[in-house]
Amino acid sequence: MATKPTIGVLALQGDFAEHITALRKLKLPCLEVRTIADIKKTTGLIMPGGESTTIGKLLVSTGLDAWLKTHVKKGYTIYGTCAGAILLSQLGLINITVKRNAYGRQLDSFDEPIQSKAFPKLRGVFIRAPLFTTIGKGVTVLATHDGDPVLVQQGKILAGSFHPELTDNLAVHRYFATLAK
Amino acid sequence: MAKNTFKLKSGLAQMLKGGVIMDVVTPEQAIIAEQAGACAVMALERVPADIRATGGVARMSDPKMIKGIMKAVTIPVMAKVRIGHFVEAQIIEALGVDYIDESEVLTPADPFYHVDKSNFKVPFVCGARDLGEALRRIHEGAAMVRTKGEAGTGNIVEAVRHIRTIAEDIGSLRTLNKDGVRRKAKEYRVPVELVEQVKKLGRLPVVNFAAGGIATPADAALCMQLGVDGVFVGSGIYKSKNPAKRAKAIVEATTHYNDPEWLARVSEDLGEAMPGLEINDSLTKLASRGH
Repeated sequence: MATKPTIGVLALQGDFAEHITALRKLKLPCLEVRTIADIKKTTGLIMPGGESTTIGKLLVSTGLDAWLKTHVKKGYTIYGTCAGAILLSQLGLINITVKRNAYGRQLDSFDEPIQSKAFPKLRGVFIRAPLFTTIGKGVTVLATHDGDPVLVQQGKILAGSFHPELTDNLAVHRYFATLAK
Repeated sequence: MAKNTFKLKSGLAQMLKGGVIMDVVTPEQAIIAEQAGACAVMALERVPADIRATGGVARMSDPKMIKGIMKAVTIPVMAKVRIGHFVEAQIIEALGVDYIDESEVLTPADPFYHVDKSNFKVPFVCGARDLGEALRRIHEGAAMVRTKGEAGTGNIVEAVRHIRTIAEDIGSLRTLNKDGVRRKAKEYRVPVELVEQVKKLGRLPVVNFAAGGIATPADAALCMQLGVDGVFVGSGIYKSKNPAKRAKAIVEATTHYNDPEWLARVSEDLGEAMPGLEINDSLTKLASRGH
């Protein structure tokens, strides 16, 4: 694994460029990850929003799914947003269950403030968003919307159902960078 | 609660980036597309190659078919409406579709106007051949743009022409002073602020996909290397010998567009591609529809 802190952004499909822009704004070293050779240069990974069925298939064809399962056990850090959070749950990397498209279709997408002690003034951009339906042992809720958990943490794994990368508030990215050191 | 804002409309397009949106005419095709890794499907009555072959007026799909497609897959569903046909758009919106494509592939309904897309809750994608056309559509409320290409031909040349034209148009803004920008805005028939914004960003302010004529993994990767955010594929899949395998290969090629060895691997043994058409004088140019 890389020694210098470098955050990878999974660039198989989805809004990875927006995450790269967010990390660059914070002056954090980052790179796009499409292969195992890429991910070996990183100390942590952001799994972006996108279509979880698409990204899930590409994770398998690249072998990155197996790599992640092995390395999370050794303390590798991941932050999954939206589709990324669904994939964390599907790969068994975080102890939550997730319901896809739980709020409905695109016409039900919404943009609203969310409640968090750790991250005040955070806005939640929810696009065909998933819902975290059960929060298992060892998982902490960091933010909620309408009483539902929308940002959770288990050890060095973060999962969020909204898109801070589409806003100017990059507090969650900054926090993730401290985990990925 | 803020809903159906431009941020949310363009936001869904941002989630589709790096992906392949596939034309489908039935729920069965939608399932094949989803299993191949499509990031969304586009419902239409006939794929463009069949519209060319059979002729006649091409319209929006039967709502029953669209509902069947929405039920069959979990990925976003888009549907095409005729240029300017705002009632077809109202109907598609009522079905709860995720995106509308106001498309030159269908027979235009209005010789003067495109749909006023800002009046709708559902986001729109529109085709463009150059920067002026792209900005007129964005000004009307489109939250995503695609090249027109020449649909149903399996010939990539027009899509490449449109990608390069838009890129060159954007590049030529760089040297313009205030008066020059104002002149361009007048030429393009859009507000000065919109041209200013493109000049500052150095790209379109919304997601831009390639469409029209993509038939192989190499075609998809070519468009990606030329700088688009993702690709639409239609006839290229279902008019080939092995649609499922080709669809999957095009998905892989759109992700690994910069990796020639990967592209070589996924291009192997796909069976025959769609036959394709030469772009010549006798060909009906779908791209020239709209303004």
